[in-house]
Amino acid sequence: MVDKVMDKKVDDENNTEEAHAYTPGLKVKKATMVEKMRRLPLLGDVYTKVGDVVSYADIVAKTEISGDPEIVKLAMMIGLEPEDCPKFMTKEIGDYVEQGETIAFYSALWGLIKKDVKSPVTGTIESFSDVTGQLILRGAPIPVEVDAYIPGKVIEVMPREGAVIETNAAFMQGIFGIGGEVHGDIKVVVSGNDQTLEADMITEEHSDMVLISGNMVTLDALKKAVEMGVAAIVSGGIRHDDLTTFTGEEIGVAITGQEEVGLTLIITEGFGTMNMSLRTFELLKEFDGFNASVNGTTQIRAGVLRPEIIIPHDIVEEDEGEGVSQGMVPGTPIRIIRQPYFGAIGVVHSLPVELQRLESESAVRVVSIELDGGEVVTVPRANVEIIEE
Amino acid sequence: MATLSKPTEEMQFIIATDVGSTTTKARLFHKKNGEWRFLVAGEAPTTVEAPYEDVTMGVQNAVREIEELTGHKLLASGGGMIIPYDGEKGVDLYCTTSSAGGGLQMMVSGLIKSMTAESANRAALGAGAIVMDVIARDDGRQTYQKIKRIRNLRPDMILMAGGTDGGATQHVMEIAELIKAAEPKPRLGVAYELPIVYAGNKALRPQIEELLKEGFALDMVDNIRPVLEQENTEPARRAVHELFMEHVMSHAPGYNNLMKWTDIDIMPTPAGEGMAIQLISNTYKQNVMGVGLGGATTNVYSIVDGRFVRSVSANLGMSYSVTNVMKEAGIENIMRWIPFDLDKEEVAARLMNKMIRPTTIPQTLEDLIVEHSVAREALRLGLKHHRSIATRLKGVQLLRTISDMFEQSVADSYIDMMTMDICAGTGGLLSHAPRRVQSMLILTDAWLTEGITRMMQDSVFMMPHLGVLSTVYRDAAWNVFDKDCLLRLGTSIAAKGQTVFGEPVMEIDITMPDGKVINEKMNLGDLKLIKLGADEEAKVVVRPEKLYDIGAGPGEELEATVQGGVAGLLLDARGRPLYFPEEDTKRKELLLSWFKATGMYDEEALGRLI
Repeated sequence: MVDKVMDKKVDDENNTEEAHAYTPGLKVKKATMVEKMRRLPLLGDVYTKVGDVVSYADIVAKTEISGDPEIVKLAMMIGLEPEDCPKFMTKEIGDYVEQGETIAFYSALWGLIKKDVKSPVTGTIESFSDVTGQLILRGAPIPVEVDAYIPGKVIEVMPREGAVIETNAAFMQGIFGIGGEVHGDIKVVVSGNDQTLEADMITEEHSDMVLISGNMVTLDALKKAVEMGVAAIVSGGIRHDDLTTFTGEEIGVAITGQEEVGLTLIITEGFGTMNMSLRTFELLKEFDGFNASVNGTTQIRAGVLRPEIIIPHDIVEEDEGEGVSQGMVPGTPIRIIRQPYFGAIGVVHSLPVELQRLESESAVRVVSIELDGGEVVTVPRANVEIIEE
Repeated sequence: MATLSKPTEEMQFIIATDVGSTTTKARLFHKKNGEWRFLVAGEAPTTVEAPYEDVTMGVQNAVREIEELTGHKLLASGGGMIIPYDGEKGVDLYCTTSSAGGGLQMMVSGLIKSMTAESANRAALGAGAIVMDVIARDDGRQTYQKIKRIRNLRPDMILMAGGTDGGATQHVMEIAELIKAAEPKPRLGVAYELPIVYAGNKALRPQIEELLKEGFALDMVDNIRPVLEQENTEPARRAVHELFMEHVMSHAPGYNNLMKWTDIDIMPTPAGEGMAIQLISNTYKQNVMGVGLGGATTNVYSIVDGRFVRSVSANLGMSYSVTNVMKEAGIENIMRWIPFDLDKEEVAARLMNKMIRPTTIPQTLEDLIVEHSVAREALRLGLKHHRSIATRLKGVQLLRTISDMFEQSVADSYIDMMTMDICAGTGGLLSHAPRRVQSMLILTDAWLTEGITRMMQDSVFMMPHLGVLSTVYRDAAWNVFDKDCLLRLGTSIAAKGQTVFGEPVMEIDITMPDGKVINEKMNLGDLKLIKLGADEEAKVVVRPEKLYDIGAGPGEELEATVQGGVAGLLLDARGRPLYFPEEDTKRKELLLSWFKATGMYDEEALGRLI
């Protein structure tokens, strides 16, 4: 599958001292301090203070975004030049008006011609332009609330913007998801990471729960889950066709989270039949029955966001602190993320410095990997991800 | 903008980077024996996203790869490059382009959709922006729908046009008031003051200033359409570029530092790419179609009779946007380029997996062929989009001749593949194609070149780098561009028309450089590649059948001198539109015969897939 490029000087294959490479992987942590920034889209009021203990549904901050504007073509409706309109307005700029209330009244020819302009919405008169003759009415403000999403302690308050909540939890990232923030008790409904979640495995008892599947979730199971009120499903893989049918449209660009499909879905490995990574599966099994905060929001472009499962617990933190992965070195556990070894898990055997030629005939930098079964394979460095431990 | 470390003529080493949406690419240039040449490339994943959120890390990693490959120390311990070159280490100049973090995202508005709004759209695209939406009085939406749309958009900048100078006022103000009322929120957060460039009727400037001075960073420039017959996009384009540096770049993660490292302004990647494509047209004095097929976007450039137009298809690309290509083109259109059995669901799953792990690359031939199939469709859709941007100025009365009276209508787009002299491609997939003939055939298949077209490509993806470099040191940029970047693939000779499979299309006499004459009789469905080296020329006489056109008119003979290249001379009698058998087995056989005739892939490996 891979040949060395012959026009390059070939050093000792194990010469990895100078080789620098890193590929960020998905986080799968049993116990870590999870921090969540809960921020308003624009300035408002924050309802918590540092040290407060909050539940997932507690409101952290609240604001109002200005209401929808409604444009009234006043000059046209009265039939006058824009600059002549203000004297016929019955309300001032800044006045509050009810829907149907008169905002301008024009009468001419001793009352034979009458124009009564009524407000199309309830709101405030924001402005009138004597160039265009347009009057702008602003609808009632729209409230925006941000809840805590995870139970925990407030460790920082950003005045007028929001707060940071911290909790000790198990933390897992998926590769792709749909649907927004939900919470529910974890329930492993398959016997192993290689089992598919079928419709008949879902019952009324699973209402409001986060169901854990193995290698796949079927379309029928997704539909049944919605019917039973399941909060979320976490699965290793899914068929592309099933996802398209379930969401009602083909996913074009991976910016998700806004779908209203009745549940949140998180895929941990990828598309197709894919066993959930054993580590992720075992961890979810360990926390069967625990309450989890789950978010399917995925954004792979312009600031990556991966879907997440946060399971707060009291187990003493065992991980070394957060840190950005520095790279691959021999022994680093990794997962292959593209054909022909998609899904295979192993450890870095060596990181040859020189370019090597693939079956596709591209000459690229590669990594040699010792798979779990002992076989050593070579793949492009771009096609592996580090398993964060 | 910082001053240069030394006069350009004294420089010896230059490093340039492009911070792409997927990969950061560093290129090292060196002056040797009085000539600037490309030395080596280094690449690393872009680190604009969490957990890194600092583009300079990706830049350092890409540059570190160059250090590893050359032993030449470039990175300063405190960050940035060692500047200037001291005889042992460092470089004399560092410059960069960037499209990471979604590039420059703009909303544009104008009065009439096909007039001022279209001109504003072209100006924004010309400045290297991704245009999220075009708002116009006659865009078919109700006022409340426009307001809802503006409120949902998260633009980095707005370009507002409308009215000729001394022309419409009231309707232009109506749009301005609508934008203000909608209170657009910038993508880059509450601390960011949304820039608006006003390039409309100059008589309205006082009113526009009064309306928009609060809450926006307003800049007013010359009218984009001062009179109906004239489009003046340059002042708006310049203003967009300045605001991009001042506002957008300074808010993207790590860019504040990156701006300190560079000697000249950071330029949006498409702007750099566009400059490079213009270099080709300026040098050869010919019509050029160019494309940058990226991970997230496809940028298409045309220079026709000196008029430069750029289009960007924001969601057509080979990694982040790969599934959108599938969505827009339809999976059947992708599958038609695959000559072996592969399950539709399997192809869809692979593309979805590429989208969610965008930095992965094909290891197997099967995977490579799937990606090449998607590339053709992305390029095809990109050109379709470009045609909708590259249009005649509307609102201008056309002088029509008697012969026009018999035409159904005057075509909107002036892009005619028959009039294109050169097609050039850049972007990861094209530049990194393992065989050069692959990019030649991908471009030909996607764009359906007609007549005689010279084909070129970026050798190792450095057009954006050379575009930005050309702004301060044109000679060095052109030196490298000519010698190391612009790879001459060859020439394509394609007849326009389609009759019946197997019937004659054209006969070609080729007088090779050694005087030998090759005669080729081409039937519909035939494709041949004749070896003709990069520095070689051949004389061709093409005699098309009466229903085929090679550029001189249907059935008319054409004589020309054609240039060779690393791929050669491509004789294409597959029809325009391209002939594809309806029956699947026959389609696969024909496709395979094209691959074999051109040496597209390793035959043995290909044989294993059939």
